[in-house]
Amino acid sequence: MAFNIELPHVGESVTEAVIGKWLKSPGDQIEKYDPLVEIVTDKVNMDVPSPASGTLTKIIATEGETVAMGAIIAEMETVDGEVSVTGGSPAIVDAAKAPESPLAGRIGTIVQGANVGPTGGEFVDTSLTATKPADAAAQNTSGRPAASNGRQKGFSPVVTRLAAQHGIDLNSLVGTGLGGRVTKKDVTTAVESGGTGSISAPQTPQTPQAALNEDQVIEPSPIRKMIANHMVKSMSEIPHAWSAIEVDVTGMVEWRTANKESFEREHGVRLTYLPITLSVVADALKANPRLNSSWSDGNIVLKSAINVGVAVAVDGGLVVPVIHGAADSSLIDLAGILGGVVERARSGSMTLDDVQGGTFTLNNTGTLGSVWGGAIINHPQAAILTTEAIVKRPVVISVDGVDSIAIRSMMNICLSFDHRIVDGAEASTFLQSVKSGLEAIALTSDLK
Amino acid sequence: MPEKTVIEAVRESMQIEMRRDDSMIILGEDVGNRGGVFLATDGLIDEFGENRVIDTPLAESSICGVALGAAVNGMRPLAEIQFADFVWPAINQLVGEAAKVRYGTNGVKTAPMTIRVPYGGGVRGGLYHSQSIEVLFAHTPGLSVVAPATPYDAKGLLATAIRTDDPVIVLEHKRTYRLVKGEVPDEEYTIPIGKAEIKRPGTDMTIITYGLMLHYSLQAAEMAAANGIDVEVLDLRTLRPLDADAIAESASRTGKALIVQEDTPAVSIGSEVSAIIGERCFFDLDGPITRLGPPELPPMPFSPIQEAEFMPSPEKILAAITKLAEI
Repeated sequence: MAFNIELPHVGESVTEAVIGKWLKSPGDQIEKYDPLVEIVTDKVNMDVPSPASGTLTKIIATEGETVAMGAIIAEMETVDGEVSVTGGSPAIVDAAKAPESPLAGRIGTIVQGANVGPTGGEFVDTSLTATKPADAAAQNTSGRPAASNGRQKGFSPVVTRLAAQHGIDLNSLVGTGLGGRVTKKDVTTAVESGGTGSISAPQTPQTPQAALNEDQVIEPSPIRKMIANHMVKSMSEIPHAWSAIEVDVTGMVEWRTANKESFEREHGVRLTYLPITLSVVADALKANPRLNSSWSDGNIVLKSAINVGVAVAVDGGLVVPVIHGAADSSLIDLAGILGGVVERARSGSMTLDDVQGGTFTLNNTGTLGSVWGGAIINHPQAAILTTEAIVKRPVVISVDGVDSIAIRSMMNICLSFDHRIVDGAEASTFLQSVKSGLEAIALTSDLK
Repeated sequence: MPEKTVIEAVRESMQIEMRRDDSMIILGEDVGNRGGVFLATDGLIDEFGENRVIDTPLAESSICGVALGAAVNGMRPLAEIQFADFVWPAINQLVGEAAKVRYGTNGVKTAPMTIRVPYGGGVRGGLYHSQSIEVLFAHTPGLSVVAPATPYDAKGLLATAIRTDDPVIVLEHKRTYRLVKGEVPDEEYTIPIGKAEIKRPGTDMTIITYGLMLHYSLQAAEMAAANGIDVEVLDLRTLRPLDADAIAESASRTGKALIVQEDTPAVSIGSEVSAIIGERCFFDLDGPITRLGPPELPPMPFSPIQEAEFMPSPEKILAAITKLAEI
């Protein structure tokens, strides 16, 4: 029987995905759980498994298309009786089971098997009890034929009117209707989300003009589009504020230099600055819970877990694997977990768990040589912290009340925070917590 | 509240009105001793006698002509056409004459007559017991046409039809007679002519329908709800005058309209509803006005398989809902 393959719901707050490469073609025999298609969401890239065994008959959502969770992305032919699904042969529903309303009783119910013959006698109604093959093709509707592939031309009257009323640029919306048509719901959703479409439409390359001025137009990859959307959402919803502080990490550098080799030998993991700062940041979050929260429907939700996302550059983009329970893990554990998750991020084999549930993000831009940054918050978190390059600089230090100039390893840490949730004072308190945590590390420290 | 079938509600309504108004008579084929072919008038001859419950010859033009003559002369006749399929000989009496009485006499005379017409198919009645005849009458100014689909509406609208001082055609879907059971108060009440009713509120699209298709549409709407499509179902109840305000209000609110009817779609009630929506809701539409009806064939087939294929069904309505929802 014909069976619609829907885009599965892949995780919290993910409402849509960009279709990546199809791994099966129409006509292919597929087994249940066979990988069907790659999808990219703003949280995770994954393969969608086939929900049933059979033959793939039609691909509906093409590569690069943005599709809502639950939307039909392909059709397949299954072996009869193998699957039972919503949208299959519908059960007869008794009208009396309609939602209760004052009308319910008056509308009446169908008497199963009632005598309905012309003379009230001969013909017993059985049509409602027998299962009939619903032949959708045979029905005679006057609606215009469905558009085949590609974006349907034109907007419906209500879409045009609402867009004009609310100043919505329809070309900035991606439609969820047939063939990508922008529906009334798409426009009202855009209006509710603040007047702009939450999704940017892929811009059609203007070939003649491009040729004229020799500009190159690049169609962004699915992951690029996801990042773009996520950034626009964060910047348009969250009022960002920034603060930075410089940290003397001479002690941390010395400790790491002294323990690097033994650490790797004993634990099999390379010792970088990341797990050390991660551990300190997690402790600082514990002391400053407002930085570990979310603005949600006008409320501040303090997160019980401290799950720190770590931004990792990957081919053509950026992903943020999450270290769960960062405050309760030892340095050795953190180093191990980080090593594994970064590896999975770079090889594109992250699991859903790897990217879900983040409450704060740490971005180590220092490895790129950056000394200052104003990062964009990883929506819907409250803040993001960047650790910048560690550079040796002459610094005035006081030892026993005597000022002198010394060569110290200095690092800037920069915080972007949601000004709805915290003000500068709390942001600074948090930065001071991180600073004192990092500066407390000395050659003699016993970090585990 | 007591539950009654459509046929019981119809009988009860006639009984109440006969008791209310001594000038009322009932006439038709077999309405007396036989109690009507569907037993709608069962027992009425015993209570009101053969001068008020009159068996007539098999001659529809005569039944309607006599009713018209009685009406313009001060009585309040109710004529039963045994099957809608046999109403055609009475077209002249109804369309040509009764509809024009008030206008033609400058209001001096009126024709307070009611014609009860069992119509519709899905009863294995074949060519001569399944027709939908509403359009011809609904096209005619001067006639009112009601098509109640529930026992409650059947009783209330029939009462209003009888009390109206101009001719009213009351279409009763014969399949609903014993198929649909619902709450009906024992006491008298009326339902205004020209008022549609939202039988199921919804947000994603409006089904506009009447008669047996109301019940199929409600079933289809429930199935669609299981798939996340929230369908509003508007029961027209009156086919002339159509409740254009209710149609336009609902279609504007949901942005999509699906018209479901048992009658063939060309030049039909659905055509008129489409026109109303097109005229009044253009800037609120988010999809094509869609009609679902049987194929454009002269008869309702007799073969049960072909009849089922011909008639719209909950499954076919669901398919049309799904298609329109996806646009």
